[in-house]
Amino acid sequence: MKRTAFFALACVLLAAAVVVSCGQRDVNPMIEVSTPPHFPPMIYDLNKNPVTQAGFELGRALFYEGQLSRDGTVSCGFCHQQSAGFTHHGHDLSHGVDDRLGKRNALPIQNLAFYRDFMWDGGIHDLDLQPLAPIENPVEMDESMPNILEKLRKHPHYPRMFERAFGTPEITGERLLKALSQFMVTMISANSRYDQYLRGETQLTADELRGLQLFKQKGCDHCHSGGLFTDQTYRNNGLSLAFNQDVGRYEITLNEQDKYKFRVPSLRNVEVTRPYMHDGRFRNLEMVLDHYSEGMEDIPTLDPLFKRTDGKRGIPMTAEEKRLIIAFLKTLTDETFLHDKRFSEPE
Amino acid sequence: MKLHFRFLHIIFLSGFTILTACKNEVEPEFNPSARGRLLLEFDNVVGTRDLELNRGVYRNAAGEEFSVSQLQYYVSNIRLRKTDGSEYVVPQDSSYFLVQEHKPETHIIRLSVPQGDYAGVSFILGVDSLRSTMDISRRQGVLNPTDMSREEGMYWTWNSGYIFLRMEGTSPQIAPDPSGNRRFRYHIGGFGGGFGTPPVRTINNIKTITLSFGRDIAKVRNNSTPQMHIIGDVLKVFNGSTTISLAQNPTVMFSPFSVNVANNYANMFEYHHMHTIVGR
Ligand code: HEC
Ligand code: HEC
Repeated sequence: MKRTAFFALACVLLAAAVVVSCGQRDVNPMIEVSTPPHFPPMIYDLNKNPVTQAGFELGRALFYEGQLSRDGTVSCGFCHQQSAGFTHHGHDLSHGVDDRLGKRNALPIQNLAFYRDFMWDGGIHDLDLQPLAPIENPVEMDESMPNILEKLRKHPHYPRMFERAFGTPEITGERLLKALSQFMVTMISANSRYDQYLRGETQLTADELRGLQLFKQKGCDHCHSGGLFTDQTYRNNGLSLAFNQDVGRYEITLNEQDKYKFRVPSLRNVEVTRPYMHDGRFRNLEMVLDHYSEGMEDIPTLDPLFKRTDGKRGIPMTAEEKRLIIAFLKTLTDETFLHDKRFSEPE
Repeated sequence: MKLHFRFLHIIFLSGFTILTACKNEVEPEFNPSARGRLLLEFDNVVGTRDLELNRGVYRNAAGEEFSVSQLQYYVSNIRLRKTDGSEYVVPQDSSYFLVQEHKPETHIIRLSVPQGDYAGVSFILGVDSLRSTMDISRRQGVLNPTDMSREEGMYWTWNSGYIFLRMEGTSPQIAPDPSGNRRFRYHIGGFGGGFGTPPVRTINNIKTITLSFGRDIAKVRNNSTPQMHIIGDVLKVFNGSTTISLAQNPTVMFSPFSVNVANNYANMFEYHHMHTIVGR
């Protein structure tokens, strides 16, 4: 009896080993990317670029690959750090090769499969084409695609990784971009305490619940709306033009009414993505809320929602209300996402 | 192509045509379902002079001297008009070409077309809006944004759009930049993308150029390949409905002013003459 059991176990183990080794060699399993219940519909078309395990792993390796920059020092992950919600920790304006400064604050890499346009000004309409912007920007990675492809073709590992992901070892720009997209569309943050609360898995504290109520009462959710906490429109929230005349959305549409407008940012993981706003001018959330209550400038394109009947601007809030709103914003921090080993730099 | 050669060419060719005309009094029959070749040759000039990169010094209508260091433009969505009024549309996937002045092999666009008699051509100077928003897998060859060096790039990465015409050079009338160069850079694009609902359109600099072959008939046959010689006059980029001063506009890229440049260059092309190559 014992011996037969032992034999059966050995058989099972052997079979498993065979399956596993075969799996490593030939099979490239699909990774399912699904829409969390309270999210808007997915915009990225997975049919044109189905996510596979090997494609994802290649995308991840490329995301952390310094060779995508001119001098080998700046990877995507350099400016998009996991612990900072995939933003450039502590930098108002991101800097790239030779420490050259960019003009905008890094955006988080999260939930991008659900976005229509990319960047603060929405100038890019297809996630697949986004990486070309940092790669060719002289103040970011300062490299050209033909050079990168040459470097990767000579690399000891990449030809094999491209083969696993796409069937042949050929390294093309299209494949590189699609692999990066496979990695990025998988990066979904939908397991914050707020999400768990919506799913009935946890309770929020009384302060946090008051904060959520105020967030709605004060009209924050007009713009920071829905599951992504952004309606993906372009608006002006009254940031002073004294230090920075970035015209934002106007650069893309050349429409006067779009001057100084920027895409409403998501507030997911906002606790760790400081500093804030397109130029990172505010160090902390307290400063952001002080801006909303007192700091707004009268700019011709200021959003009508901020214009009050008494002729003043902004959203009146007491210190206590601000504290409560911030307590709520912190429930949007997704520890699972921020520590998910699948998204961190490969060993 | 040098201008003084053109004369010899014409003399030589007319002699040639007379000879061939004498040989075959009757038009050779052709099979409209068989294919042949038709070539479009783009010859860039500056007014009455040949365009010589870096060396030539020219003068625009604003009275400014200038030299050209780079000229490149897309020619796409080619249609050929037959003498009977019908049209042959070159299949879209194989209808994108990049003419680069510094690469003579790009000056001649080789088309495979049904045999027949052609009286004119039209094309887009630039890239149509549909292609400008297609998946990366549908942007091959000269449209592949991952296959462009920075110096010759024809794609705005930050604005997801193609540059239709790129011309750079110098002019002594331009104030020096911080590195002491008196450069001009014209990168003209803008496919009229729509934003918002209802969509507000951005500038649309897509220009359709229509040229008639005049009294010439491009006869595409089994053993006859017409080569249509088209002149692109750089002067017209500056001289047109708007007289453009390089000193005042050394850099024109994605901006409202670019519309003036595009309106000017919409008139820079002219059909000049035809050669017929025997064979395909
Ligand atoms: C030098 C710092 C830096 C590097 C390197 C960098 N980025 Fe970024 N990233 C930024 C900044 C800054 C922005 C916002 C830019 C803007 O809006 O103008 C941004 C925005 C983005 C966005 C848009 C997100 C959104 O919500 O619209 C994506 C996607 C992105 N980066 C991916 C990448 C990838 C992939 C790489 C590597 C190929 C990369 N980044 C390299 C700084 C960087
Ligand atoms: C009319 C639309 C609108 C309303 C209402 C609004 N915001 Fe914003 N919010 C924006 C825009 C637009 C930005 C980005 C502005 C920029 O960078 O130029 C922004 C930025 C922020 C940021 C910075 C996020 C980051 O990652 O940099 C925070 C935090 C924020 N808002 C919180 C709030 C809160 C809290 C409220 C309510 C008290 C609120 N917002 C109301 C449009 C709005």
